[in-house]
Amino acid sequence: MREEVLNPAAAFLLGVRALLPMLLGVAPFGVIYGVVALQSGIPPLAAVLMSSLVFAGSAQFLLAQLIGAGAPALLSIGAVGLINLRHALYSASVAPVLHNLPRRWKVLLAYLLTDEAYAAAIPHLLAAPKSPVAHWILFGSGLALWAGWQLSTLAGVLIGAQLPADLGLDFALPLTFIAIVVPLIESRARLIAALTAGAVAVLLVALPYKTGLFVAALAGLSAGAFFQSRGKP
Amino acid sequence: MNWLPLWLTCGLLTFAVRYSFIALEGHYRPPGWFIRWLPFVPIAALTALVAPEVLLVAGKLSLDIDNLHLWAALVAIAVAARWRNTLLTIASGFVTLGLLRWLV
Repeated sequence: MREEVLNPAAAFLLGVRALLPMLLGVAPFGVIYGVVALQSGIPPLAAVLMSSLVFAGSAQFLLAQLIGAGAPALLSIGAVGLINLRHALYSASVAPVLHNLPRRWKVLLAYLLTDEAYAAAIPHLLAAPKSPVAHWILFGSGLALWAGWQLSTLAGVLIGAQLPADLGLDFALPLTFIAIVVPLIESRARLIAALTAGAVAVLLVALPYKTGLFVAALAGLSAGAFFQSRGKP
Repeated sequence: MNWLPLWLTCGLLTFAVRYSFIALEGHYRPPGWFIRWLPFVPIAALTALVAPEVLLVAGKLSLDIDNLHLWAALVAIAVAARWRNTLLTIASGFVTLGLLRWLV
């Protein structure tokens, strides 16, 4: 890696620093989650506890909406599983870096493995996969996001109801994901994956309980992988 | 509503998904097609989450001038492509949305 990372503290701070800019988008989304959770009839304490027990922004948001719509529990669980499936691929991606760590580290870092923490840490992990302190980078990003998410969802539950409704805070998550995705689009195959996933998600938006999102993601990555394999001799 | 068991179930499920390949590393090697799919996953999954948010208004496709989220998102995409800076991208989207609301 470009930065000389020799000790755990430096690696941890590198991870924290890489994550901090994302809090500009994550914090408003956390506030919005708090507001939506209360509007869905979830008690304040339960809304706050969901942030540490489930700890998955878009899944928490979806779960709150489904509860508000009176969806059955089993269906809500299935929807949360589907929307979080993408994390299995983050898991596969960081697995080689964490291979030799004790189990307590693997459990902790798996709990902290979010879109944002993964996106912030992965360029540094790829640059130094053999570094004995590489996992501290992921820990720094993961913990920084965790703290930001807990504080912002707590703020949403406590003061969210007093905020004006038209602040545009609901735009925060799309902006955060744009900031993550666009720099990843380095080839035509990746562009095709994004365009396909976006188009299918829009076409299938009427499917119940957001199942269209899962089909769209699958269509996008299939299209990207197909295009890439065709382009090679 | 019995929320604690529901939260715990969803939390364990989320954790299991995130832990899956970390736990399997060294015991199981995923097939080649799966490895080739990996780089596309965040791109496809996150774009699938974003596209309906910016392209739809009240559940219908809207490319109108008054779909302000769409135009602000396009500015953010352009900024992200040009500068690859997270803070700048998110800030440009919010500022553009604010400006458009003030203008339109």
